[in-house]
Amino acid sequence: MSKLTGTKILMEMLKEEGVDTIFGYPGGAVIDIYDELQNTEINHYLVRHEQGAVHAADGYARASGKTGVCLVTSGPGATNTVTGIASAYMDSIPMVIFTGQVPTRLIGNDAFQEVDIVGITRPCTKHNYLVKDVKNLARTIKEAFHIARSGRPGPVLVDLPKDMINASTNYSPPGAVQLRSYNPTYEPNLKQLKKLVGLIRTAKKPVLFTGGGVVLSKAHEELTAFARKTQIPVTSTLMGLGGFPGNDPLWLGMLGMHGTYRANMAVTECDLLISVGERFDERLTGKTDEFASKARIVQIDIDPTSIQKNIQASVPIVGDCRISLAQLNRLIGEDESYEPAEDRKQWLEQIEQWKQTTPLAYKQEDIIKPQYVIDKLYELTEGRAIISTEVGQNQMWAAQYYHFDRPGRFITSGGLGVMGFGLPAAIGAQVGAPGELVVDIAGDGSIQMNIQEMATAMQYNLPVKVVILNNCFLGMVRQWQELFYEKRYACTKFQHTPDFVKLAEAYGAKGLRAREPDAVERVLSEGLAYPGPVIMDFVVEQEECVYPMVPAGAPIKNMLLV
Amino acid sequence: MNEKRHLLSILVDNEPGVLSRIVGLFSGRGYNIESLCVAETMDPAVSRITMITKGYPTIIEQIKKQLNKLINVIKVFDLTGEDYVQREMVLVKVTALQQNRAEILRIIDIFRGQVVDVGQEHYTLKITGDEEKIEAILSLLKPFGIREIARTGSVALYREKK
Repeated sequence: MSKLTGTKILMEMLKEEGVDTIFGYPGGAVIDIYDELQNTEINHYLVRHEQGAVHAADGYARASGKTGVCLVTSGPGATNTVTGIASAYMDSIPMVIFTGQVPTRLIGNDAFQEVDIVGITRPCTKHNYLVKDVKNLARTIKEAFHIARSGRPGPVLVDLPKDMINASTNYSPPGAVQLRSYNPTYEPNLKQLKKLVGLIRTAKKPVLFTGGGVVLSKAHEELTAFARKTQIPVTSTLMGLGGFPGNDPLWLGMLGMHGTYRANMAVTECDLLISVGERFDERLTGKTDEFASKARIVQIDIDPTSIQKNIQASVPIVGDCRISLAQLNRLIGEDESYEPAEDRKQWLEQIEQWKQTTPLAYKQEDIIKPQYVIDKLYELTEGRAIISTEVGQNQMWAAQYYHFDRPGRFITSGGLGVMGFGLPAAIGAQVGAPGELVVDIAGDGSIQMNIQEMATAMQYNLPVKVVILNNCFLGMVRQWQELFYEKRYACTKFQHTPDFVKLAEAYGAKGLRAREPDAVERVLSEGLAYPGPVIMDFVVEQEECVYPMVPAGAPIKNMLLV
Repeated sequence: MNEKRHLLSILVDNEPGVLSRIVGLFSGRGYNIESLCVAETMDPAVSRITMITKGYPTIIEQIKKQLNKLINVIKVFDLTGEDYVQREMVLVKVTALQQNRAEILRIIDIFRGQVVDVGQEHYTLKITGDEEKIEAILSLLKPFGIREIARTGSVALYREKK
C-alpha cells in the first residue's frame, strides 16, 4: 500500500475504470487535477463551454458504448454542466462528471466560485457525491462508475473539494462494489414471460413498441430475431431508433406526435402492445385514455418506476431488455410447432395499406425542402452515417427521413430536448467512433446555442459535418403558432442570422451553401467528402411543417396530415 | 379509487443529504408529505424515516418505487393495512385559569398524559398515543385555549406475529 495524493488516486481510478477520454474545461479548483492529468495517457478534449463537455461525453458514450467522463471546475464550471447532465439523465446515458469544489473549510461560506452543485444536481443525476474525506475518494469513484453503468444507466456527479484532492492517503484499488440498497433486476420473471408468450400465440394484431432501453442494452439482434420469428411489426420512440432495422418490412416508423400514419394507426388498432424499454412519454401516447385502448399491454423495463406510471400494463415485467428478449426467443424457439397465427397476414396487409395510402410525404418544388436535404443525405451516405441532431423540426425530420439500421447511430437529446446538443454531441461521437462519418443535423436556431464548439472540432481535427436547415425561424415553435395560434409568430422569426459560411471560415472550417434544390446534392457531396469540419447551410422553405402531427393531448389517431 | 393515507417506514443510509434527496423527490414530483420523523436506528449507519403520505393507489405505488430507486434507500415498508403499532407525541401549551385547572388535570389523567411545565396561567402537557388519541385530546383541550402545540409526527413498527 502506498501513500498517494487525491489527484494521483483519481488518475489511478480512471485507469482502473478503463477511462481513456475526458471532455473538460480547467479552472482554479481543478488546476491540480489538470496538472496531474497531463502526466497520464488519458486524452483530454478541451471544449469551449462546459455544457459542450457534457453533451460531448453524451455523444461519446452513445457512439462508443463506454461511459462518458467530464471534468470541470467549481461554481460556474459546475452550473454550466447542469443542462447536459439533465439531458443525459432523461436519456439514461452512462456518465461520470467530476466537478471541482472550494476547500472543505470554505464550503458554505459563499466562497469565490462556490456553488452547492450536489444540491443543484440531486434531482437530475442518478446519484451524486461530495467527497469529504480523501480516504473515501477511491471507493466513491468506484461506486460512481458502477452506478452510472449498471441497471438503467445515468449520470453520476462527484464533487471534489480542492483540499481533498491535495491531501494524501494510503491507496489500494478498492474491491468490487457491493451496495445493500442498489441491486438492479436484470433477470425477468419467467412466469411473466410465459404469460407474454401465451398472449402472442392468440394475438391477431400485435405490435412491438421499443425504446432507448433496447439501444442501451444492445438488444437489437435479439429484438430483430424476435420480431421476425413472431412476425410482429415494430414501432419505436425517438430514443429507440436504430434498435430495429429501419429498412425491414416489419418496421412501422416512429410513433407519437410526429410518428408515421401506419405506426399511430397500428398502435390504436392493435390487440396486444409489447413495450420494451420505453416509458410511455406523453409525446408518444397523446391522450392516454385512447392510447392502445383495444390492446392488452405488456411492459418490459429494467426500471420499475417506468412501469404503471403513465399507462397501466396488464403484464409488467421488470428486467433487462436484452436478457428478456433472449429468453423470449428461447421460449418461442422451444416450441417447434410455433407459427405466427394465420390471421397475422391480414394485420400486416392492413398495415401495408396504411403505408401505401398515407406515407411520409413532401413535394420538392422551387425552394429546397428540408426533408429533401435529409433524403439526399441518407442516399449519399447510404444510411451509414452517425447522425446527431439539435432539437425541433430538424430533429423530427432527421428521425423521419434518415433510416437507422443499428443502435448508437442516432444521437439526439430525446427526453429533455436540448437545443445546442447536436454539435458537441457530434464531436463526442467522432471521438468515440473515429473513422466514421458524423453529421449534425441542425436548425439555424439551435446551432447558435453551442456554435463555439466548432473551435473544439478544429483543434482536434474532428471532421464533423454540420447540416443547417436554415429557415430563419425557430421552426417548431413557428409551426405551433401557425397551426394553433393563427399564425401569430411571436418572437420566432430571426431578424438577423450570421452568415454561416463565413462563420465556418472564421473558425478555419469549410463553409458551403445551397440556395436551390439543384445545389443540394452537390453541396452535400462536396461537404461530406471534405476531410475536416464543415458547415453546410441549406436555405430551405421557411414555413414548412413537420407532418404528421398529433396536437398535444389528442389521441394519436387524430393526425394532421400534409 | 380515492386518495388514501399511507404510513411508510423507510430505512436509509445515515448520511448527510439523504433526507434532502427524499424530500426533494416528493416536492419535485408533487407528492404529499403529511408528517415526517427521522432518527438513527440501532445501527448507526442506518436511519429510519417514518412518513405519512396521501395519494391515489397509483401514486402511492410510484412513491414507493421512486423511493426504492434512490441509491441511499435501503428498504421501504408500507405499514398501511398491516398490523403495526404507531405513536406520536405532542406537547400542548394550554391556558389554565384557576377555574379550569382541575378539569384540565382530569382530562390529562384520563389520557395518561403528563404536565411537564406549569405557569400562573398555563400548563404544558405531554401526551403520547396514536393519531386518533392525539386528535381527541386536542379537541377536548381546545375550549380552554390552546396557545401552542408541537407534534413529533408518527413513528411506527410492525407488530411481531404471535
